[in-house]
Amino acid sequence: MPLDSANVDTDQIIPKQFLKRIERTGFGEFLFFDWRFNDDGSPNDSFILNKNEYKGSKILLAQDNFGCGSSREHAPWALRDYGFKVIISTSFADIFYNNSFKNGILPIIVDSKLLNNFFKFSISDSSYELYIDLDNQKIKDLNNEYYFELDPFRKKCLLEGLDDIALTMIHSDKIDTFEKQYFRST
Amino acid sequence: MGKKTIFDKIWDKHLVHEEEGKPTLLYIDLHLIHEVTSPQAFEGLRESKRIVRKPNLTFATMDHNVPTLNRHNIDDPISAQQIDTLVKNCEQFGIKLFDLNSPYQGIVHVIGPEQGLTKPGMTIVCGDSHTSTHGAFGSLAFGIGTSEVEHVLATQCLWQVKPKTFEVKVDGKRPKGVTAKDIILSIIGDIGTAGATGHVIEYRGEAISSLSMEQRMTICNMSIEGGARAGMISPDEITFEYLRNKPNMENIDNEIIEWKKLKSDNEAVFDRSLKLDASKMSPQVSWGTSPGMVSGINNKIPNPKNIEDPVKRKSVEDALIYMGIKADMSITDIKLDTVFIGSCTNSRIEDLVAASKIFKGNKVADNINAIVVPGSQLVKYQAEKLGLDKIFKDAGCEWRESGCSMCLAMNPDKLSPGERCASTSNRNFEGRQGKGGRTHLVSPIMAAAAAINGRFIDVREYDIDWEDY
Ligand code: SF4
Repeated sequence: MPLDSANVDTDQIIPKQFLKRIERTGFGEFLFFDWRFNDDGSPNDSFILNKNEYKGSKILLAQDNFGCGSSREHAPWALRDYGFKVIISTSFADIFYNNSFKNGILPIIVDSKLLNNFFKFSISDSSYELYIDLDNQKIKDLNNEYYFELDPFRKKCLLEGLDDIALTMIHSDKIDTFEKQYFRST
Repeated sequence: MGKKTIFDKIWDKHLVHEEEGKPTLLYIDLHLIHEVTSPQAFEGLRESKRIVRKPNLTFATMDHNVPTLNRHNIDDPISAQQIDTLVKNCEQFGIKLFDLNSPYQGIVHVIGPEQGLTKPGMTIVCGDSHTSTHGAFGSLAFGIGTSEVEHVLATQCLWQVKPKTFEVKVDGKRPKGVTAKDIILSIIGDIGTAGATGHVIEYRGEAISSLSMEQRMTICNMSIEGGARAGMISPDEITFEYLRNKPNMENIDNEIIEWKKLKSDNEAVFDRSLKLDASKMSPQVSWGTSPGMVSGINNKIPNPKNIEDPVKRKSVEDALIYMGIKADMSITDIKLDTVFIGSCTNSRIEDLVAASKIFKGNKVADNINAIVVPGSQLVKYQAEKLGLDKIFKDAGCEWRESGCSMCLAMNPDKLSPGERCASTSNRNFEGRQGKGGRTHLVSPIMAAAAAINGRFIDVREYDIDWEDY
């Protein structure tokens, strides 16, 4: 689904009135709420998310600096709950980028020429599809494939669904040693 | 040796574990939490039967949801639930909480420094992007997501990919009426909202080192608006002096010896550098829907026709439509409905003193609804001791209890659709202050002058004693 705006901030991805929940799920229905619904609560038909031809998309195309603003992890929760698994853009805000991986969403950075092509194809032909091959780090369409960079550690975590905390606990003795030293010297 | 930036020094000191090709495990000295981004983290701990590793290194406050009128009466049941949940979580896990009854409650980034929790050389995190504020003390402070909040609670550590360094040097003497807010807005206007993505900024230069601590916090606070991971300023005598009268400073003289080492070495190399001249800056006003869309008070709104890049042109066009203003219009012709002085960017005592100087003896324009919200209960107390509340009220402003208030409108303070606000907060995103609300970011003195005139005006027209502000 091509979302043709730059600097989409987390306030747009999920407006603050939905941050009050104390659960981690159920945010999908609030995704892009202010753009998606009119003031009377009816769907805003001109917003891309409401267009039938893009229903069920799992890949979001976004312009530069996606996810800027607040650190709310509710943003990737909402994208994940709605069904997006991959976001392709020229750049992401740091905290959002981090938060995405922690929730099984893959943010892919591509150059602007390639991104513009994806936008062009998917706007002119809504049946245009992309496939992501995480193992080989490739974005594929019917005719071509494009390699993308990905930190090997993050890739491993995504593929194996590793729990960060468990991973850190492996190093517990190192934390113990560090603390002993550290609190003696300060 | 002798080639490290202050960032490198702090990073190296907190290294717990490092492996080629992986993020680094960093030790966290101070973890601040609030009611919005912590409930799911505690829930996660409970589900996996984990404990908080160092409860005495985490501190909690409630700020985002707190009503600034009648604070003990939270009408919205879901807000009340978040606040209750925080109380219960802190009790269960043994975390110190500054709750609504505490005389020290306030916005998380205001109370950290106020309570002497924030110190030079520390690593500080909080589930809030404006954690960068604490970098003003020469600490490495950054915002994290809820999964990371849980991770810090459980392990007191965090996996981090080492960011790059970015030197922003602001030389020259700042003209009167040009505040820290104007400097940081100018910087963001220059580099853009993604200009510092992946970097930690070190602010240096005469125009920075001559700032008070509170003004330095305003600068570092908005680092995130330039996309930076964090922003920091080397600690110096001004920092030490500020910290001397704070709580928890028993050993300060010994600590100062260590803190003095927290300087970037002369030969240190930054990944990027930018130089700006403060003497050429003017009071800033944001006109669009991202903090990079700013301009000097005496300039005109840009015309999308003159922008070549199609993506940029479209975002300016969209912003003008949302903001309900026209290309080429003078900033001083923008009429306002509301003025908000507050938020973790500009709600400290110096901000309020400065705003009060403009308000003194003047009246808020008839068309304006102005509210002043201190950043903490302690700031409120200080302001009232100085009689500032009276100046604000005499001018026709509302004087409130502390909290995030209209900065993000999770509480009852919000704009209605189409309402236009001059705000001392940090974000002018669509709907940030309420759906359809229109936000212009300015300094506290510019906000005060706008309140009196009902529109933006160059605050330098006021003949006040500017002192250090
Ligand atoms: S005042 Fe605004 S920016 Fe600061 S912590 Fe509160 S909501 Fe966030």
